[in-house]
Amino acid sequence: MELNKKNKKTRRDFLKLSSAIAGSVAFYSMFKPIESVANRKTDVTEREHWYGFGFDIEKCIGCGLCAKACKIENDVPREPFFFRTWVEQYTIKNGHIIKDENVIVESPNGGIDGFTQSVPDKEIFKSFFVPKTCNHCYKAPCVQVCPVGATFETPDGVVLVDDSYCVGCGYCIQACPYGARYLHPEKKTADKCTFCYHRLKKGLAPACVDVCPTGARMYGDLDDKEGPLVQFIKNHTCRVLKPHLNTKPKLFYNALNEEVR
Amino acid sequence: MEHFDQLYQALNEVVGYIYPNEIELRWSILIVLYPYITGLVAGAFILASLNRVFEIKALKPTYEISLLAALAFLLVATMPLIFHLGHPERFYELMMTPHSSSAMAIFGFVYLWYLMVVLLLEIWFDYRRDFVVWSQESKGLKKFLYKVLTLGSNDISPKALKLDDKLGYIITVVGIPSAFLLHGYVGFIFGSVKANPWWSSVMMPVIFLLSAMVSGIALILVTYMVINYFRKQKIDMLCLDSIGKYLFYTIIIDFTLESLDQIHRIYEAEESFDIISLLISGKLFFTMSIMQVLAGTLIPLFILGFFQFYKPKEKIRKTAYLISGILVLVGIFFMRWNVVIGGQLFSKSFYGFTSYKIGLIGGEGMLAAGVWMVVPILILVFLLWLLPPWKKQHSGG
Repeated sequence: MELNKKNKKTRRDFLKLSSAIAGSVAFYSMFKPIESVANRKTDVTEREHWYGFGFDIEKCIGCGLCAKACKIENDVPREPFFFRTWVEQYTIKNGHIIKDENVIVESPNGGIDGFTQSVPDKEIFKSFFVPKTCNHCYKAPCVQVCPVGATFETPDGVVLVDDSYCVGCGYCIQACPYGARYLHPEKKTADKCTFCYHRLKKGLAPACVDVCPTGARMYGDLDDKEGPLVQFIKNHTCRVLKPHLNTKPKLFYNALNEEVR
Repeated sequence: MEHFDQLYQALNEVVGYIYPNEIELRWSILIVLYPYITGLVAGAFILASLNRVFEIKALKPTYEISLLAALAFLLVATMPLIFHLGHPERFYELMMTPHSSSAMAIFGFVYLWYLMVVLLLEIWFDYRRDFVVWSQESKGLKKFLYKVLTLGSNDISPKALKLDDKLGYIITVVGIPSAFLLHGYVGFIFGSVKANPWWSSVMMPVIFLLSAMVSGIALILVTYMVINYFRKQKIDMLCLDSIGKYLFYTIIIDFTLESLDQIHRIYEAEESFDIISLLISGKLFFTMSIMQVLAGTLIPLFILGFFQFYKPKEKIRKTAYLISGILVLVGIFFMRWNVVIGGQLFSKSFYGFTSYKIGLIGGEGMLAAGVWMVVPILILVFLLWLLPPWKKQHSGG
């Protein structure tokens, strides 16, 4: 009997301990994540800049220098599966313009080697080039889904990846509606446009903006009402990509056709 | 590099236009296994809970088998996930510094809650008396193992056993919503990706949960028959018929919900509709229409439905149950495939498709995937050896 008594106590202690552990695990797992799921924005009232891009489709000639310069500047793997920026050629054929099958999109090697037109002139209704890159969204899905917080938004509005912290799960790649991310084949971490943050901090323009021969790409401070980017948005009819997803991109396009996705 | 060779091949097989970064299909077979294995766990556990909480006596012979099968698969559930990471050695960061807004970040906590608090405790309370008895009867290593498993709690008086039973019951009651949480949550990881119209659906957690129950019940059906075959024991037909009945009902609910999801897509026909209908009629035709719907759903549904009205001879029923169980298990595997792989085959530009060829070798090849399916079965065999349900004395609980 005495043995039994002693053991009973042991078991009660065990139960107490396990329920304490269970309780704290439950508390931590249920409560902590919920508090900021909906509202994850950090306070950015004291920022100095808030960067954004402005791309003018009417000026883009599809030379692909931007994509090439980006690969060189940022040491992006040269294989045609990894791009921080690329150019798409849209060709809309004669016929019903609202039908998807009349829209031909091409981007061989991201446009780095230039483009050839595969549709005969006679069949072309219209054609244009669309430079693409990370939209540095204000409500970035990639930032939201990163399980360890390796993807983050800097106070000046640039979405970056901390590759010393990224676990390489690929959730951000799935969550990006714009295909702006890839898994770096050597680093095994998520990789994307950094807005050339290393240049930005020295007062230099991002490489793609710097090399664009026609000024189709520009960047600027969205907080600066007199600055070039805000003036560009003011003086043109600008749109963002996939506005219905409410990601609030900070990349504004002039003359963006509705076929562009 | 072999990896790049595969990508160059995929580049040649692109149909239409995809974003250049989309050629590499990021989530491979291992991520197909993750919801599949987790689903088996949740489903097996829910069957055990049905038995205990709702006192369905006919299912009694499967109670411990369900719990042990759930544990065996749960122990492996995180493995494909961890090995798929670019940096598996950093996986603990998910637990140490979880990012509060990420749907993926709380997986570790949900998982641990389920493993430590629900499953291990329930099994422990269920087996505690047997640990004590077996530790006295056995010799050598087994004796030592049982002794450790008692955790020093050797009281097997009727009063203590009654408490075990009561606590076990409470854990089961807590366990049911936990199992719902575990798999509903896995569905949410996919269902909350608004960038992907094939995933983004409020139905996803519910569908994942129901399909988990379907696969878990089928797993226990097959496991129960296999165990009895190896033990040369007669199968309890009342039990088998009951499992068949529950399998039938859950397949109906699951199939109804999945159909509702698809009908809703078709009727709303949003921006993504054209590319998704091409996906279903093209790249997913075999895995979805043939394997998931026909083989994995309609044929078992027909067989099990038939048995609800007419019960042929035992031998025929046994064979038919076994075939249905295996078909359902295969069907749910392809359901996971269609969600995970299917969702990455089309471009988010909705203008084209990439392709996916699963390799034989390598960390994400067919062999590696096979290993992650065989390991839980080996663990289950070990657990059945260590904790044989048929040697339990059921007088106390």
